[in-house]
Amino acid sequence: MLELKSLACVRGERRLFSGISARYAPGTLVRVCGDNGTGKTSLLRLVAGLSEPAAGQILWQGQDSQRERAAFQRDLVYLGHASGIKDELDPVENLMASSALAAEGIEIGAARQALGEMGLGERLALECKVLSAGQRRRVALARLLVTRKPLWLLDEPFNALDPQAVERLADTVGRHLAAGGMCLYTTHQPVPIRATQSVELRLGRN
Amino acid sequence: MTRINWFKYASPATFFPLAGRLIPWFRALAVLFGVAGLYVGFFVAPTDFQQGEAYRIIFLHVPAAWMSMFLYMLMALYAGLGLVFNTRLSSMMARAVAPTGALFTFLALWTGSMWGRPMWGTYWVWDARLTSELILLFLYFGYMALVAAIDDPRRGDRAGGVLALVGAVNVPIIYFSVKWWNTLHQGSSINLTRAPSMAAMMLWGMLLMALCFWMYSIAVILARVQCVIAEREQRSAWLQELAAGEA
Amino acid sequence: MREPAQADVVLAGDGTLFLGLLRRDLLLVYRRRADAVTVLVFFSIVVSLFPLGVGADPNLLRLLGGGVVWVAALLASLLSLNRLFAADHADGTLEQILLSPLPLPLTALAKVTAHWIATGIPLTLMAPVLGMQFGLDGDGLLVLSAGVLLGTPVLSLVGAVGAALTLGLRGGNLLVALLILPLNIPVLILGAGAVDAAQSGLGAGAHLSLLGALLVGTLVGAPFAVAAALRISLD
Repeated sequence: MLELKSLACVRGERRLFSGISARYAPGTLVRVCGDNGTGKTSLLRLVAGLSEPAAGQILWQGQDSQRERAAFQRDLVYLGHASGIKDELDPVENLMASSALAAEGIEIGAARQALGEMGLGERLALECKVLSAGQRRRVALARLLVTRKPLWLLDEPFNALDPQAVERLADTVGRHLAAGGMCLYTTHQPVPIRATQSVELRLGRN
Repeated sequence: MTRINWFKYASPATFFPLAGRLIPWFRALAVLFGVAGLYVGFFVAPTDFQQGEAYRIIFLHVPAAWMSMFLYMLMALYAGLGLVFNTRLSSMMARAVAPTGALFTFLALWTGSMWGRPMWGTYWVWDARLTSELILLFLYFGYMALVAAIDDPRRGDRAGGVLALVGAVNVPIIYFSVKWWNTLHQGSSINLTRAPSMAAMMLWGMLLMALCFWMYSIAVILARVQCVIAEREQRSAWLQELAAGEA
Repeated sequence: MREPAQADVVLAGDGTLFLGLLRRDLLLVYRRRADAVTVLVFFSIVVSLFPLGVGADPNLLRLLGGGVVWVAALLASLLSLNRLFAADHADGTLEQILLSPLPLPLTALAKVTAHWIATGIPLTLMAPVLGMQFGLDGDGLLVLSAGVLLGTPVLSLVGAVGAALTLGLRGGNLLVALLILPLNIPVLILGAGAVDAAQSGLGAGAHLSLLGALLVGTLVGAPFAVAAALRISLD
């Protein structure tokens, strides 16, 4: 259960949004919408705990996420604009390192398999600096195949992906939701994702 | 409805007019103490039999050195309060204190070297106190440069707060290490404060000048914090009402 | 239940997380080992400039040696600071690091440890070689190495505070120098003083003990300052 309680966000001296309140049950897909500059990324970063709200609270399983930061972060995957991929490491090393950082260390076989599923099977030994933007994105998204964390925060996950990869990602998110997970995401292109409960959180109208 | 913490937004709004009312008083007190202090310093305090008239620079030098250290601690205190309690006004005060502190540090260095010329025959010696003042000036510059380099004012406030606190923890360490370095390298250095048998009138002169500097600092800092508030809150309703009322 | 790949996922404790981050950073250092070499080359160039500037009088050089090596070590450590967080910040991994369940001060400590292994240890190994060029003798060289070994972690820790505060700012590199060089003056005084004391036959014990105390104090305090600075800079 994720609950936002009258969240407000101030950037510089400008108020991006305020009074955002919502409650989401497990299995809910939340699309954060709004025009450019209404604070979609800021909202996701706020929920992730990367920045502090000017006002309001985020409750996760009934606990204040800022007070119970470590417990909250064990339940959370955040993929931002920047893919979080190191140029100097190959895809397998990247995936293993990011999983280890998130306290979900995986074996090399699992990493290879997940990257293979993302269509990177032939590029596993290359340093990521030679990969294309879409391929790096896939390396980052392979995290979603190996994680068991219930709350996903995805900022523009479909950017730079080709249609097959978009479909693969939508499918992954759909299975995550079906298994009782939760996903907040932003996107410019509408992508059909299989979800029993799908809601929109609209910013920029207050 | 929206539950923004109005407390922290409201305080600059109430502080702004209060500062405006206080500034003239502190300005007047600064002039008063300044005139008294300079009178004592120039006409009442006796000529020093060793140093002649040149020693009279201490009426500026010593109070300026005091102020430079007080103000750094004050700045760190405000910055720390702003960081811990997330109060915007405290951080604004820290920003406002820094340039005045740097000014007094510079003044202490400048008058120190002017005193050094007749005393030691050179404008600069690596005396422990002068060296510490120089490092203090660098610390002020660092704070001001960091705060100025950050565009987002809140990030600037908080980053400045961390730096000021780290600096405040370091100031005693720096001071003692410089003092130690100094005693090891220059066994017989001349100490600025070892003025032989200071007459009571000299002490009075310095105290009056210190009071003058305090009053001046408060007046200037209040004026500067008003500028900071005005800059930050230019879009807010209360400031526009105030401006409309005065126009 | 859902994906076969998930079967071998294991939850990790703080120690595992710390070591994992350290291993990742060291692997990155290894992949970019040219950077570490650049710092060493810079170190020896700066030291070599001094005899060219002040003359090759052996007595003068022996007097200057400790101070020169220390100033150069300070600058070399400063030069390497932009590697500490900037690259991770640019590619988004710093966000992932912040979101790790590892407490942030420990995260900072892991990053600083990796930085010290990549710069502090090479500087420590290099310092006596450069000291020899200045005619420092056995005792002086030993004290120089010991001092650099104790002092470079302090430089890395204090530097990390500066690097975290200036993350993503225009002219950040220059700003870091302005922020942390004054704060590192005690390290310089104690380190160079130790060499002087050893050269002149007085024991360097007091200097080195104080340097050690400074290291302990910094080790306790700095990670918290770095953590606060990182939160502020990424906010």
